[in-house]
Amino acid sequence: MFVLSIVLVVALWEMYKVVGPQDGGKLFGAGVLPRSNDTAMPHIWTMLSRYGRPEVRGSDKRVWVVVLEGAWFSFRLAIVGFLLGSSIGVGLSVLMSRFRLVERGLLPYLVVSQTVPLIALAPLVALWGGKLHIFGFEWPRWFSAAVLGAFLSFFPIAVGTLRGLASAPAAAVELMESYAASWKQILLKLRFPSAIPYMIPAFKLGASGSVVGVVVAEISTGLKGGIGRLIIEYAREATADPAKVFTAVFGAAALGLTMAGVIAISDVYLMRNRPKETSS
Amino acid sequence: MKKSSIKLAVAGLAALSLVVAACGSSDEAATDTTAAAAVVTPEECVTPTPVKLQLQWFTQAQFAGYYAALENGYYADMCLDVTILEGAVDISPQTVLANGEADFAVSWVSKALAAREGGANIVDIAQVFQRSGTLQVSFKDAAIATSADFKGKKIGNWGYGNEFEIFAALTKAGLDPATDVTLVQQQFDMSGLLAGDIDAAEAMTYNEYAQVLETINPATKALYTADDLNVVSYEAEGVGMLQDAIWADGHRLFNTDYNATAVKFVAASLMGWAFCRDDAQACTDIVVAKGSKLGATHQLWQMNEVNKLIWPAPAGVGMIDEAAWTRTVDLSLTAKNLEGGTVLTKAPSDAAHTNEIVTAALALLTEKGIDINGAAFAPITVTLTEGGN
Repeated sequence: MFVLSIVLVVALWEMYKVVGPQDGGKLFGAGVLPRSNDTAMPHIWTMLSRYGRPEVRGSDKRVWVVVLEGAWFSFRLAIVGFLLGSSIGVGLSVLMSRFRLVERGLLPYLVVSQTVPLIALAPLVALWGGKLHIFGFEWPRWFSAAVLGAFLSFFPIAVGTLRGLASAPAAAVELMESYAASWKQILLKLRFPSAIPYMIPAFKLGASGSVVGVVVAEISTGLKGGIGRLIIEYAREATADPAKVFTAVFGAAALGLTMAGVIAISDVYLMRNRPKETSS
Repeated sequence: MKKSSIKLAVAGLAALSLVVAACGSSDEAATDTTAAAAVVTPEECVTPTPVKLQLQWFTQAQFAGYYAALENGYYADMCLDVTILEGAVDISPQTVLANGEADFAVSWVSKALAAREGGANIVDIAQVFQRSGTLQVSFKDAAIATSADFKGKKIGNWGYGNEFEIFAALTKAGLDPATDVTLVQQQFDMSGLLAGDIDAAEAMTYNEYAQVLETINPATKALYTADDLNVVSYEAEGVGMLQDAIWADGHRLFNTDYNATAVKFVAASLMGWAFCRDDAQACTDIVVAKGSKLGATHQLWQMNEVNKLIWPAPAGVGMIDEAAWTRTVDLSLTAKNLEGGTVLTKAPSDAAHTNEIVTAALALLTEKGIDINGAAFAPITVTLTEGGN
């Protein structure tokens, strides 16, 4: 199916290039139809062949190697961000489900935190690099990007898990309580297992959030080595080499898909003992 | 039971916020730890002074002099351990410097003065670029030969404080930016001009202008040439504003150690620029080796154009020309933007720039027998190729 959908997208792109207006369509003076010329929409094969050519002339590094390296760099940052975000998210949700007071006090702040634009936050967090020292460890520059990834990923995870923890049937909770089960036992044996169908989609959102956070942080703070930085560096050459920037954009897209794939695999593993219809 | 656990949770949160606050306030005293590892140490230099330089943008030939000074060991010879911090979309060198995250910063004068008016105590200690490199580029058929021809046209500008010269030119030509022209926010490439969204696009001589000349003209199947284009140079229009300068922390300049470091830093940096003047190709190679993603011929073009902005320097490289400084300040006070506001609301104090540091630095260079004027400087001819590769 996935392959088929890619073929479909490629076909649509190339079809638009054939039928679409070269210089874009305008309606009441506002551009509504994108331009279909080679600068705005390079042919798919131009983009693909760009992967095989050297990044800059005289360099023996081909674009696909550079993009792959960049994606791998960003992937590691996104994983760190995601792990950080999910532990904070799950931790907060456990805290919130345990104490109603915390939930009522904290949840509005979590919502507010997500309205802060990432690009406003990024330069601030980036400045911590090489400056902050926590327990004797210097805050590395790359960690700022990971933290911004965590910032985008913890929220859906916290909210999803909170909802999931509350989803345990009241009768089951009462049964556990009647057996004098401790709060911890109820949490681990009942609440978490019943929260998994809620947590998996939340984690998927969180995973893509961490990729977006890392890529935006790289663009905004200029962290070297990642795919976000590649996008902006290649975008500078878009005048004369428009296909090049697409190679990096595809790299970023592949990165997001990989992250979602990792979660999907864990989904299959965690849900293996469940009846099919509860699977999300 | 329940009550006590709530208390516990509240106490826990309070403790957590304390930890966070404590981390936030740990200050720069510790920045020195990593930088102490010296690579080159002449006999008299035991521990080189760590210095951080914040650039305005990614590594490119615009900053070649600093990279050349680093690679050729000019900084090390002055007993400095320099770290060059690249810029990015949301990095403002003025802010980084004012916050103490860097010891020196490269920034345009008008932008830095705006930051200074906002409370950042930063001082121009060396005016590396003596001339403005900003152009407004248009195709011949748009017939825009001077800024007076902007009337009724779509004028591209970058924003982010890079647009002040456009407003200065409009004001000088007697045009109202709000009604007489259509100002278009421009990407950091020239596709807007090529696609016809913009009649005249903002461009630096050393970067975007070359990008147009590296693009194939669909009509002729060959690269665009300078003959296809009209170029309005703000320097020639008389509204050029001073650009790349080295800025220092105004408070710390009273500290004798920092002051001495500033002299050495400026001297070594200018030595790097002198090296780039004499060997543009070698400097380009240094920048390319530093991981710039721009093509090699594009970088060579950039190096050559940047050299033209610096050399010849009759008063000595890095000296702040009072006339150019006054012009920049005057334009910042009078050029009106869309909302009718100006860059600066009042003239900066005299403390905003000083020639003391650069004078001392040039004395050091003259001692070493380095040509600080470049009177014999002749730009090379760079042939651009498609895509700048």
